[in-house]
Amino acid sequence: MTTTVELRLTARDLKTDQEVRWCPGCGDYAILAAVQGFLPELGLARENIVFVSGIGCSSRFPYYMNTYGMHSIHGRAPAIATGLAASRRDLSVWVVTGDGDALSIGGNHLIHALRRNVNLKILLFNNRIYGLTKGQYSPTSETGKITKSTPMGSLDAPFNPVSLAIGAEASFVARTIDSDRTHLTEVLRAAAAHPGTALVEIYQNCNIFNDGAFDALKDRHQAENTLIRLHHGEPIRFGTDKTRGVVRDHTTGDLRVVTVTDDNEADLVVHDAHAASPTTAFALSRLADPDALHHTPIGVFRAVERPVYDTQMSDQLAEAVIRHGRGDLPGLLASGDTWTVLP
Amino acid sequence: MAASSADTSAADTPDADTAEADTPEADTRDADTPDADAKDVRRLDRVVIRFAGDSGDGMQLTGDRFTSETASFGNDLSTLPNFPAEIRAPAGTLPGVSSFQLHFADHDILTPGDAPDVLVAMNPAALKANIGDLPRGAEIIVNTDEFTKRALAKVGYAASPLEDESLEAYRVHPVPLTTLTVTALKEFDLSRKEAERSKNMFALGLLSWMYHRPTEGTEKFLRSKFAKKPQIAEANLAAFRAGWNFGETTEDFAVSYEIAPASSAFAPGLYRNISGNLALAYGLIAASRQADLPLFLGSYPITPASDILHELSRHKNFGVRTFQAEDEIAGIGAALGAAFGGSLAVTTTSGPGVALKSETIGLAVSMELPLVVVDIQRGGPSTGLPTKTEQADLLQAMYGRNGEAPVPVIAPMTPGDCFDAVLEAARIALVYRTPVFVLSDGYLANGSEPWRVRQLEELPDLRVQFATAPNHTTADGGEEFWPYLRDPQTLARPWAVPGTPGLEHRIGGIEKQDGTGNISYAPANHDLMVRTRQAKIDGIDVPDLSVDDPHDARTLVLGWGSTYGPITAAVRRLRAAGASIAQAHLRHLNPFPRNLGTVLAGYDKVVVPEMNLGQLATLIRAKYLVDAHSYNHVTGTPFTSGQLADALRETLDDHHR
Repeated sequence: MTTTVELRLTARDLKTDQEVRWCPGCGDYAILAAVQGFLPELGLARENIVFVSGIGCSSRFPYYMNTYGMHSIHGRAPAIATGLAASRRDLSVWVVTGDGDALSIGGNHLIHALRRNVNLKILLFNNRIYGLTKGQYSPTSETGKITKSTPMGSLDAPFNPVSLAIGAEASFVARTIDSDRTHLTEVLRAAAAHPGTALVEIYQNCNIFNDGAFDALKDRHQAENTLIRLHHGEPIRFGTDKTRGVVRDHTTGDLRVVTVTDDNEADLVVHDAHAASPTTAFALSRLADPDALHHTPIGVFRAVERPVYDTQMSDQLAEAVIRHGRGDLPGLLASGDTWTVLP
Repeated sequence: MAASSADTSAADTPDADTAEADTPEADTRDADTPDADAKDVRRLDRVVIRFAGDSGDGMQLTGDRFTSETASFGNDLSTLPNFPAEIRAPAGTLPGVSSFQLHFADHDILTPGDAPDVLVAMNPAALKANIGDLPRGAEIIVNTDEFTKRALAKVGYAASPLEDESLEAYRVHPVPLTTLTVTALKEFDLSRKEAERSKNMFALGLLSWMYHRPTEGTEKFLRSKFAKKPQIAEANLAAFRAGWNFGETTEDFAVSYEIAPASSAFAPGLYRNISGNLALAYGLIAASRQADLPLFLGSYPITPASDILHELSRHKNFGVRTFQAEDEIAGIGAALGAAFGGSLAVTTTSGPGVALKSETIGLAVSMELPLVVVDIQRGGPSTGLPTKTEQADLLQAMYGRNGEAPVPVIAPMTPGDCFDAVLEAARIALVYRTPVFVLSDGYLANGSEPWRVRQLEELPDLRVQFATAPNHTTADGGEEFWPYLRDPQTLARPWAVPGTPGLEHRIGGIEKQDGTGNISYAPANHDLMVRTRQAKIDGIDVPDLSVDDPHDARTLVLGWGSTYGPITAAVRRLRAAGASIAQAHLRHLNPFPRNLGTVLAGYDKVVVPEMNLGQLATLIRAKYLVDAHSYNHVTGTPFTSGQLADALRETLDDHHR
């Protein structure tokens, strides 16, 4: 009689011997636990998973994952991961980045990774502040934010990462919150299953430099009226007893929040994450008030099938062999006009 | 050709000593003439031709075709394309002039020639821009159709130089090239404008007749280039043949020339013409095959490096992945990611791109991953002279990073040598797990020469061993993988690629502990790691520098990179005139060959010609405390051998005074 030992990965297997050095109470701990907790579900071998990060608090993440990993340089993780994913389709490649890393110094690489649709899962930890450099405003900080570098308030208008990603032709865009383990896990699962680039914005609390930035979404009572949970195929409703909903304003095409009545119930927008057009997903991303965070949708905004860059790259190599035969080096070197010099 | 003779001294080829000395006198002797009407045929040992015209006149194509004809005929040759950075500079203006110079000979030559013996000028701008380079007695073939009042005025000619005495010192052939072309194509259903476009092929046909070039290659080329537009192919062929026939029949061209194949200058073998960028692309494909690793190129288009991206992207059937990134940083970033995954990774760029890639090169130094960084140098600083050549990135390659970040540097010497140089760069990158610079330049990139096609058995074995098992036993007997446990010989760390079970590890730009690779901020460890990374590069096995010194000279001329041709030609001239001078040329600039210090110490005087303000001189002065003398020019053009010979002669005279 033979016994089969299932070598299934556990969260414990994904922990490294390195001491985790985020500040006590940092939202990153929760994200790390959620990632370590859900990854085994994918049934991947540990050696086939790679985490690539840039610079910032979040970018220490790879050191704590017992997989292959690279802690690279500021803003460049999507570019580096693109080369890895494009040349190694057998790997599951994850990028861990922050609001400064992804949207400021590395903004260019992020948008180009999204438009190319390389097989990458990008986890963008958004705490709306620079943590590692000790508290300057970030490209997602609300306008007027008082920080060390903006004693009279910041002048910049913030980026909305979800809007930006949709504008950059992303095929998968989602938002979740560090403190909601169930939701976070659900979104990570959906991202992992998506072929192509998946961008997951994770609202993450920096308890040192921007504590409570997302309290409006976390406080049980407030959240009822601020948080909109998106479910594909369902009318978009939220609030106590689901009395609030989202309808389209037919004069502008925008979305707006209404109190649901018998009259307007039929007009509620049904969330379609797979819609070919990004218009409604974009409108959803604009619902939230950037300061108070009222009406913040979380969940999968958009998940559409698009050709995946690395698959197509690989297909081109195969097609080239079909068309021209496997590369013949002596033939290549001696191509064109040649002549022979006799001894 | 020069590449294959790089290691042999010029003394081995005594015939060639005077090769580039002076404008050749035609070896005037009539060939056997079967009938009295036949034209004179004269034999020459070498010729320099320059095709010049407007950017839109197709001069580069004309030059390329003439080069191919010449190569397949078996002459030695060297070319110098020269074109404006603007894609379509204003027509008929001096800045819009594009030219292609070709030097070909019946013997071993090293440069595209100092001055043209023949200028083909397609318009007044081309004449004006190039006339200053012509020696007295040179032949000028001008397209008279373009010498209109307006065109003349545009470049500041008050009167037509064809009608006054300003060209008296030259042998001028006025040819209404445009009219003749249009007339030749009147059978074709083409507008006048379309027909005019073939005038470069008419010129090519005429020159092909003048120099007895084989024409099959060009005919084949035109048919394949315009395969989808057979009428255009036929029109160009007709113009090409009309040019040939014009030379044969018109009385203005009484003489044609023969330049015998350079049989004795070449080692036996199969040859082709090759430009530096093509040789470099082929070298990368060869390196990938020899390493048995897939090639990954991450690149962003930049002059004069883009041709490598274009070429490699045509060879996907070799498993070559080319990634045109969103910027220079992403180009190298993707390459580094691919290197982590086990590819032979390359990024190609020019000086401004290197500046952007510096941080990632530093990361590659810290992570100790193999990466080939190709810099096709151009005039700088900043945007500088995008289409011109320069050697001013040496110090950037050596030192242009934060922290102590040593990177090996290799510089090819001739267009064909780009093939071998990039294989050598790949060897060092793979063996020592390090980024490596290849410093080519615009002159090598676009210039071409005959190249002996390498056989597979001549190529180095570049296979590497990935790590497959743990390499450290812990105190309790457990097995671990330490990513920074080094090979005691090479000091290289193991290359464990993702997908290898049991070797999961994390690397990055933060300083790490020796051995384990864990983050470490410990002072002594950092000191050790900095010194170890330096020692690894310093310890790279590079061949000794060979010196060409047949006469026990007291003065050494030391060069690097693309100046090999002009310096060697200058040295030949000096020796032909009885001077004693030693020559050595550096291909490895970091680390320097072990014997460089001894070599330098053996001479009273060391002269370093460079197309910069003395960057190699600075390095050798610092390292060897040698009073190296710089000879510099930064004109965007290569040295001429005459200019170098004069400068070196002065140094020699100075020394003997």
